[in-house]
Amino acid sequence: MKVSELVEKLGLNVFSGHKGLDREMAGGYVSDLLSDVMGNAREGEVWITLQVHQNVMAIASLKDLAAVILVSNLQPHENTIRHSNDENIPVLGTSLPTFEIAGRLYQLYNQ
Amino acid sequence: MKLTFNIQGGDFTHAGKPSSEVKKVLKQLNVDGKTVKNIVIALYEAEVNVVAHAWKGTVSAEIDENKITIFVEDDGPGIPDIELAMQAGYSTASKQVRDMGFGAGMGLPNMKKNTDELLIESIVGKGTKVKMVNYFK
Ligand SMILES: Nc1ncnc2c1ncn2[C@@H]1O[C@H](COP(=O)(O)OP(=O)(O)O)[C@@H](O)[C@H]1O
Ligand SMILES: [Mg+2]
Repeated sequence: MKVSELVEKLGLNVFSGHKGLDREMAGGYVSDLLSDVMGNAREGEVWITLQVHQNVMAIASLKDLAAVILVSNLQPHENTIRHSNDENIPVLGTSLPTFEIAGRLYQLYNQ
Repeated sequence: MKLTFNIQGGDFTHAGKPSSEVKKVLKQLNVDGKTVKNIVIALYEAEVNVVAHAWKGTVSAEIDENKITIFVEDDGPGIPDIELAMQAGYSTASKQVRDMGFGAGMGLPNMKKNTDELLIESIVGKGTKVKMVNYFK
């Protein structure tokens, strides 16, 4: 499934990294601990988090993640947006809290 | 081939630059994907430790035919008890650092797990030297 399909089906905001919307997703990862994501997330996963600073993009890029979803209406920092555009890794947003967006993403991905 | 970088303590905006550069070079050299992933994880954690816990430091990565040797050396407070620091979950990170999602106490365990050799030497009040070796498959 492509990231663009997630955006459409889950009604996500696209903050940045539009050029990466045709990235293929390979599952998801939910965590707000950066070392946990660094150590355990896998290439192509979509990362759900409440962290909004630019280190999120450094990690997304180092780990070749497909996209980042910010929960609960959180807004990315400006340099997070810049980094996302540079790397073509979309930063997406939702009004839903972590539990709910993770549940929906899981269901959609495993359909 | 040798790559070197400087790291400034407290400067989280540039954390990840050395790992990103090293990753690029290893990919160009066609090092196998799994090995590159391991190195990137270990180097990123070592970098972040300098940013989060030390004053300033350097990264030097020596790439040979069959392995990469990375030295991350800092001027900083040092680690009084390395064995304790290696334990998963142990962290002295400030609240501010923890709020950013760093400081889970998983950095050193991640480095151990993702390297073939890890050597840490530290002098309290002076600094810390980390040596990591990964062999290419
Ligand atoms: N370069 C360093 N200089 C000083 N202390 C360090 C350094 N690296 C690690 N430490 C100490 O070891 C602890 C554990 O490190 P780590 O496993 O990376 O967890 P974290 O960085 O999340 O606290 C740190 O909280 C810190 O007390
Ligand atoms: Mg650490």
